[in-house]
Amino acid sequence: MTEPSYASIARDGLWSNNPGLVQLLGLCPLLATSNNLVNGLGLGLATMLALTASNVCVSLIRGIVRPEIRIPVFVLVIAAIVTVIELGMHAYLHELYAVLGIFIPLIVTNCNLIGRAEAFASKHSPGRALVDGLMMGGGFLLVLVVLGGLREVVGQGTLLAQAHMMFGEAARGWTVHLVDNYRGFLLAILPPGAFIGLGLIIALKNVVDARLQRRAQHVVVAQPVAAAS
Amino acid sequence: MNVRHIVITALVLLLFAVLGTGLVAFTYDSTRGVIAANARAKLLRDLNTLVPSDRYDNALLNDTLGVRDPALLGTQEPVTVYRARKNGQPVAAILAPIAPDGYSGDIKLLVAINADGTLAGVRVTAHRETPGLGDAIEAARSDWILKFAGRSLADPDEKHWAVKKDGGVFDQFTGATITPRAVVKAVKKALIYFQRHRQSVFAGAQPPTAEAASP
Repeated sequence: MTEPSYASIARDGLWSNNPGLVQLLGLCPLLATSNNLVNGLGLGLATMLALTASNVCVSLIRGIVRPEIRIPVFVLVIAAIVTVIELGMHAYLHELYAVLGIFIPLIVTNCNLIGRAEAFASKHSPGRALVDGLMMGGGFLLVLVVLGGLREVVGQGTLLAQAHMMFGEAARGWTVHLVDNYRGFLLAILPPGAFIGLGLIIALKNVVDARLQRRAQHVVVAQPVAAAS
Repeated sequence: MNVRHIVITALVLLLFAVLGTGLVAFTYDSTRGVIAANARAKLLRDLNTLVPSDRYDNALLNDTLGVRDPALLGTQEPVTVYRARKNGQPVAAILAPIAPDGYSGDIKLLVAINADGTLAGVRVTAHRETPGLGDAIEAARSDWILKFAGRSLADPDEKHWAVKKDGGVFDQFTGATITPRAVVKAVKKALIYFQRHRQSVFAGAQPPTAEAASP
């Protein structure tokens, strides 16, 4: 099996095969914790870290794990890594842990992790698995941050509220109030707002894709040789 | 599939189980102290917003009592009472009762009552009320919860210890009456508990030297 290039791994994770927008994996934590930007960022970083670490581990052990036991071994690896991250957050990011609470241990059940372990990391070198983890996790993180930011702006009229939970007391002043005396738009913060917001972002991605494709076709017609590589 | 193959496969699985468990156990052991210290620091911060540290000189987190009164404190479990003293004299007691009838389950409270029976303050420590409506009981979202300070069972009188909709003096929220009603009721019951058990709540004073051990 030929190894894919780093560029194509990055493109896959961040855009064309984005876990949040295309594969629609790990929706439960994505929808539940994206009610503001800081929560989204916190869960996104934790997921990215867990995904990257599990990808590298799975890739490193791919030679000794036999096919019959690969799934239990992957689950063990993922569960151990996520538990370590959870304990670390509990110890060093206490306030954020209190907010994200249940969703950190739930990263274990995020299909992204087992999905990438099975579909990618168990077949490729550790370097490529590392990049795949970073890019897939990064794509997931981006969706969380954009959706969290969107819901926070529409729902509360602020950005970066509660930043001190992640970045310490110095970040207390980072909160941006976009609208004075904003009365709030409850729907955006409640669960339905997450579905509507994600739907809008997916729609936007499809529009951009359609546009890019149309442009690409023009290019192909003009220079048929370029497309062959 | 031969026996050798099965045994090796099982051993590989066992190896990963041991490695994974070992890693988790090691991390647990090395973070345990920090996590416990975090929880204590957080609790002490919460308690100090209600009873500032210059009002007492004992080890607040260690001078505790477990009391059980399902009817007045809202839970079958023992409720912790933190007792603040200065020079051995009772200053305030902080109870951690539960309002069991919130809109979505239990609302956990800290109710600080001065030795004279007035409220030093009330805070919500955990709840699952509707964001944007019921969560105005959080001190971070509105000043509603701050208005309990200074109240007592005599102010307002028994009949008016309720939200305005029920003929009392406390505001409800637009679109949310159940949540503030539950909190008001729980605070009132905590006050009644304190009034009935004032002596035993402060009983069993620790020697004043205990303060030296507090960090």
